[in-house]
Amino acid sequence: MADDLMLEIVTPDRLAFSDVVEEVTLSGSEGEFGVLVGHVPLLSSIKIGELNYTKDNKKAYYLVGEGYAEITNLKATVLVESIEEAGSIIVEEAKRAKESAEARLVGMDKDDPDYEKVKKSLDMAETRLKVAEKM
Amino acid sequence: MGASLKEIKRQSVAVDKTRQITRAMNMVAASKLKAAQVKMENFRPYAGKLMEVFSSLSGRVVSTTNPLLAVRDSGRIKVIMMTSDRGLCGGFNTNVIKAVEKFARAKKAEGKEVSLIAVGKKGRDSFRKKETISGQYIEELSRFDISLATRIAEEAISPFVAGEYDELYLCYNEFRSVASQKPVMVRLLPAASLGTGEEEPEAAADYVYEPSEEELLAHIVPMYLRVLIYKGLLETSAGEHGARMVSMDNATSNCEEMIQSLTQKFNSARQAAITAELMDIVGGTEALSAKG
Repeated sequence: MADDLMLEIVTPDRLAFSDVVEEVTLSGSEGEFGVLVGHVPLLSSIKIGELNYTKDNKKAYYLVGEGYAEITNLKATVLVESIEEAGSIIVEEAKRAKESAEARLVGMDKDDPDYEKVKKSLDMAETRLKVAEKM
Repeated sequence: MGASLKEIKRQSVAVDKTRQITRAMNMVAASKLKAAQVKMENFRPYAGKLMEVFSSLSGRVVSTTNPLLAVRDSGRIKVIMMTSDRGLCGGFNTNVIKAVEKFARAKKAEGKEVSLIAVGKKGRDSFRKKETISGQYIEELSRFDISLATRIAEEAISPFVAGEYDELYLCYNEFRSVASQKPVMVRLLPAASLGTGEEEPEAAADYVYEPSEEELLAHIVPMYLRVLIYKGLLETSAGEHGARMVSMDNATSNCEEMIQSLTQKFNSARQAAITAELMDIVGGTEALSAKG
């Protein structure tokens, strides 16, 4: 199994995942990137978005919160503030959150102190839906 | 005599009821403490990793543009004070309150302004009339996750960036053991010079940074703040339960002592009553036989 990458996902609540995988795809702040074993050492920030890894030719999808990833030759350590399995996302709920955020944004001034917050929750809901669709 | 016997009995029953309550509270606190300790334990790897990266990055980047590292001195200071919402936990809250009072007094003597963000009802109540409280988080500690730390951090960061104050401190009870919590005062902002002067591992120099080191640092500083605040919250909640457990344990054994002494008093009073009655009877028969 020399071709395998050790993947560790750590959240404030627990060590969420620790296993060898074939590949992992992360949403960096500069865009999505894939990591295989032997990657150059990299420190990258992670934005709210999808994380998926391939193990035994099967892909698993997650939604992760903000954080960063530290990648060395053999190991990828991902520190994120939250993680949700794609399967556990309730589509209805995410849709409702999206709709309510959209409704609030209509007619909202860009200078409104809540604007950023609502925008963020809209992004979150949209990303949720996108990740949920992969299931 | 009879009334006093009844009175002692009543007291002893009342103390026993108190003992039952304090014992129950002790047990509840013990189980909550356990949960809080598990939470603390689980948080450690995350916090450790983030600190590592933060100190290595902040050591490498000599940044002057990051607003969270800006050193200013217009004399305004903010303190996040963490106490519990409920009492009955010994000197737990008093210690933090005293530490904040002392700190505020010292800073005011230097001519600085101090405002507070209060987490927990006890701290808020004690400073409500004395200091400016710019934010409060009440009844949140019974159930919280990192999002509470995020909210607190956001409330602290935006006025800092806007230049409304220059230094942010955090005061909470450090959880040393179940029986020992000690108030600590940590400076959160400006976040610079936190690199404890530790030698940076050479290997770190080979990293590719994405985005640039400086942008990455800007991304990590708020995370770092949230970690410190969350750590404070976790230690406060564990410390509260630990302190309550100990003080309720003391209360329970005090009750037991009191019950024991009341029982003794009751028995001797009863004995005295019996003796007095016997004396009456003996005295009566003696008198009768002397007549006959």
